[in-house]
Amino acid sequence: MTSTPALELKGISKAFGPVQANKDISISVQPGTIHGIIGENGAGKSTLMSILYGFYKADAGEIFIKGQKTAIPDSQAAISAGIGMVFQHFKLVENFTVLENIILGAEDGGLLRPSLAKARKELKHLAEEYELNVDPDALIENLSVGHQQRVEILKALYRQAEILILDEPTGVLTPAEADQLFRILDRLREEGKTIILITHKLREIMDTTDTVSVMRRGEMTATVKTAETSPEQLAELMVGRKVLLQVEKAPAQPGATILEVKNLSVTDDKGVQRLKDVSLNIRAGEILGIAGVAGNGQSELMEILGGMISGTGAVTLNGEPLDLTGRFSDGRSRRARGVAHVPEDRQSEGLIMDFHAWENVAFGYHHDEKYQKNALFMDNNALREDTQRKMDKFDVRPPLPWLAAKNFSGGNQQKIVVAREIERNPDLLLVGQPTRGVDIGAIEFIHKQIIELRDQGKAILLVSVELDEIMSLSDRIAVMFDGKIMGERMPEDTNAQELGLLMAGVAGNGGAA
Amino acid sequence: MDFLTLLQVLDTTIRFATPLLLACLAGLYSERAGIFDIGLEGKMLAAAFFSAAVAYTSGNVWIGLLAGVAVSVLLSILHGLASITFRGNQLISGLAITMLVGGMTVLVAQDWFKQGGRTPQLEGAARFEPITLPFAIGPADAEAKGEQLSKLIAEASPLQQIYSELISGHPILVYLALALVPLTWWVLFRTRFGLRLRAVGENPASVDTAGVSVVSLRYSAVLICGVLCGLAGAYLATAMQAGFVKDMTTGRGYIALAALIFAKWRPWYALWTTLLFGLFQALELRTDVIENVIGMAVQSQLLGALPYILTVVILAGFVGKAIPPRAGGQPYVKER
Repeated sequence: MTSTPALELKGISKAFGPVQANKDISISVQPGTIHGIIGENGAGKSTLMSILYGFYKADAGEIFIKGQKTAIPDSQAAISAGIGMVFQHFKLVENFTVLENIILGAEDGGLLRPSLAKARKELKHLAEEYELNVDPDALIENLSVGHQQRVEILKALYRQAEILILDEPTGVLTPAEADQLFRILDRLREEGKTIILITHKLREIMDTTDTVSVMRRGEMTATVKTAETSPEQLAELMVGRKVLLQVEKAPAQPGATILEVKNLSVTDDKGVQRLKDVSLNIRAGEILGIAGVAGNGQSELMEILGGMISGTGAVTLNGEPLDLTGRFSDGRSRRARGVAHVPEDRQSEGLIMDFHAWENVAFGYHHDEKYQKNALFMDNNALREDTQRKMDKFDVRPPLPWLAAKNFSGGNQQKIVVAREIERNPDLLLVGQPTRGVDIGAIEFIHKQIIELRDQGKAILLVSVELDEIMSLSDRIAVMFDGKIMGERMPEDTNAQELGLLMAGVAGNGGAA
Repeated sequence: MDFLTLLQVLDTTIRFATPLLLACLAGLYSERAGIFDIGLEGKMLAAAFFSAAVAYTSGNVWIGLLAGVAVSVLLSILHGLASITFRGNQLISGLAITMLVGGMTVLVAQDWFKQGGRTPQLEGAARFEPITLPFAIGPADAEAKGEQLSKLIAEASPLQQIYSELISGHPILVYLALALVPLTWWVLFRTRFGLRLRAVGENPASVDTAGVSVVSLRYSAVLICGVLCGLAGAYLATAMQAGFVKDMTTGRGYIALAALIFAKWRPWYALWTTLLFGLFQALELRTDVIENVIGMAVQSQLLGALPYILTVVILAGFVGKAIPPRAGGQPYVKER
């Protein structure tokens, strides 16, 4: 460990107005290692990486690459310093080929032909060296997410990156794809590349990294050898207090069937069938978890049950049929029937970001008798008092009804949505990605609320792409792939490998519904 | 309808298609880079006025052309400032430019020339004259033989008729516009600049993270757009007509935008589309030809509306899909 560090940061600080995003951050990464950076959302990981990639200029601090002090004023400088970045949201041109994406910005002259030929040769070479196979002539939009990510890695390698930064790389991958990615990363490490892995998933850190740094509120709270730490210790360092990583819940006591879905199908406006003959049921006091890679029909299932889209099939709630296409197939009618809906994307569907918290909490309640002052006006005071009460109960910070939704952190935004929906006291709660972009402390809280609602004898449909979340919360797990239910499992009888196979469309033994 | 009439209609088609083609290619560069430009109309109109005004004053059409292009480029820079640098709404900026120019040209024209908002008639070197290609029958031949040009052409062989009537006898800007089609295709699909230009219209973040400046790419696209609009406007006032009159673009900027959608943002398709739209405009003048061919009178207004109707049909997805550049109309904001 005495060799020159591949990358060294000394005293990096960056403030956005009054917010100190990075405070005096120093790390040192040895060449040929995988270094993890873990921290909650808003801990400053992304800011730090943006500084490294020349998107932001640090207020203070120095960057050393292979012992050389290096200024990184823009992305071009980062690239020539040998830094490659794989963003969480890929920076690819969808209707370009793989080759075109790879040479973009790294062309060898005014004309494309020689650049493309050179890249084709180089790509073949890279594919052999790192087992990174991608069809160079495929259009990006026709590639799977895992392959798109490979293109991003190839882009960096083509630019001769020695240091590869990956920001939350597994968020969009199936478990199998994630395994493949980590094999590639291992291979890159063997070849002497330095890898920085940014993630909030403790398991990935434990499985793949050599060293790990923990960030909290803009500060680097610790850097440890992975072999000498534990997930519990890392979680504590991230949050600043002890955290329950395991969800504590009593065995379910399922009662009568609340929701029964038979042969539900949805075709979108492009004519693509998104849901194919889905059948399932949920009983009172039960959480049915829907596992699957994003985009396999889970969203449509949530939306049709929530009254946002229409489709065909038969759905009964408490024994009464639900209208799927007609007048009573809208969200308001659903609410009247006792369905509450925590949408998957809180920023676009759950909240209006420019509205005050109390206005957001009023949504769905604005027809309620008790909030009407008279024929013309709503009783805003009552709404605000109610919001205050809900905010206190759900520990929303800061508990200010007058604050605009966009000014809350991700976790607190989600708490506002969850509070609004759970406080309806629904018979059926539809909840999508309840903890996406939410910090560990808030995850713990939201999970507790969902379990509590279950224990009150409500039915809960949980959709999440986080397999850990599905496995720890659900009483029963259904796996969706390509609009179909691939199978149902009990959490205690299955494991991530089996679910991962189902998620990838490898047939199980049919639905047990 | 006889062969010569057909040739005449096609000849008119080319004359009408040229400003559309130039404006359409102008829009193509801009929109391919992700900047919507509904100010094509305004830029053409400004270029039409200034090219005519300067050509008249200097007596040299090339100086006029330069002035028209310069003004159009200035307006492009204004649009660029509003939509790239200050990340404003591109539609509003384009609309503002068009409205501003619509009023200003007439005002300035009245102040300078006192002829009711028009420029004086352009003559001689102040105007782009038709070019007679080698071996074509042109006005010089007619003069030498002391006969009417149309009579000479009518007596020639069909091949010579096509060459002399249709291909020869256009001002230089027509040939330039036609040459710009393969050139644009080559630039877009065969050069580094083209690759980056297309990328910045699809996903500016990909260009930015590759270490290439989104802003300078978009400005270059907008500048090219300005130059081409300038050529289109100058063509109207100094080649197709002999001077500027109020609102002389008559919606050509918008028809060019419609053509751009119809052409799915591709250079060769842009040529075919603008020729088609040019044909409609040519037939508007020769409704007698249609009546002869289909034996039924067609309202010229219907022909005028056809480009828009066809565009709506395309947009509704009846004839393939027209997918605009994905980042079109959105200012680029760096994200973390």
